[in-house]
Amino acid sequence: MGQKTTRPLSPHLQVYRWSPQMAISIFHRATGFVLATAGMLTLLWWLSAIGGGAESYAVFQKYVVGAGDSATSVELAINWFFRLLALAVIFSFFQHLFSGLRHLVLDMGAGYELKTNRTWALAAFVAAIFATALVALVVASRVIGV
Amino acid sequence: MGSGTNIGKVRGLGSAKHGGTHWISQRTTAVGNLLLTTWLVASLLLMPNFDQATLALWLAKPSVAVPMILMLVSVFWHARLGLQVLIEDYVHDDALKFGAMTLLNFYVVGGAVFGIFTVAKLAFTGAPA
Repeated sequence: MGQKTTRPLSPHLQVYRWSPQMAISIFHRATGFVLATAGMLTLLWWLSAIGGGAESYAVFQKYVVGAGDSATSVELAINWFFRLLALAVIFSFFQHLFSGLRHLVLDMGAGYELKTNRTWALAAFVAAIFATALVALVVASRVIGV
Repeated sequence: MGSGTNIGKVRGLGSAKHGGTHWISQRTTAVGNLLLTTWLVASLLLMPNFDQATLALWLAKPSVAVPMILMLVSVFWHARLGLQVLIEDYVHDDALKFGAMTLLNFYVVGGAVFGIFTVAKLAFTGAPA
C-alpha cells in the first residue's frame, strides 16, 4: 500500500501540540476498544456467573471483586489484575459516554467554536475522572467493604 | 471497471449509496446504549446486596431481562460498528482486513447470543440454586 514511497509524507501525529480536542478524539477510540473487549467480556462473564449459580458466581467474585483472606499470592495477583482492568473499564465507560454525548451535540452542528469546543472536550475528561472516582468509592465501600 | 470508454473508467468508483446507514446505526445504538446502560448503573446502585441469589432473582424478572437483552443487542451492535471503523482505518492488508472483519462478526454475534441466552434461560426457567 505505497509504504515504499520516498516522496514527502504529510505531517503526522508527532508534529502537533496535544490539545484536549485531539486527545478526546483518540481517547474515544481507545476507550471504545477497551469497552468492546474487556468491558463486554466482563459483562458476559458476570451474566453467565449469575446464571450459573452460587458456585460459579463465587469464582467471578473471587477474581474480580475480592480474593478474600485465605487467597494465595497467585490468586491475589489475578484479583488485582482484574481490579485494575475493571477500573480501566469503568473509566472507559464514562469517558466514552461523555465523549459520545459531545459527539451527538457536534452531529447537530453545535459546539464548533474554538473555545466552546475546547471547553467541552476538557469538561468530558473532568466528568469522566470524577464519575470514575465516585464509582470506585461506592464499589470500595459497598461491594469490597473497605 | 473497464479501460475503454469514459463511462467505463468511472463506473463502480462512486458512492455505494449505503454510507449513511452505518453512521445512523452508530448514532441510534449510541442513544440505545445511553438509555440502557444508565438503567443498568441505576439498578446496580439501588441493589440491596450483590449475592448471587439476589442478582439471579433480579435478572429473571421480565422488567429486568427485557432491558438487559435490549442492552446486549445495542452494545454489541454498537461495538461491531465501532470496531469495524478501527479495522478499516488501521488494517491495510486486504487479507488481514477480511480475516479481522470475519473474527469481529463471529465475536459480536457469538457474544450477544451467549449473553441473550444466559438471560433468557434465567427468565424462562428460574434461578438455579
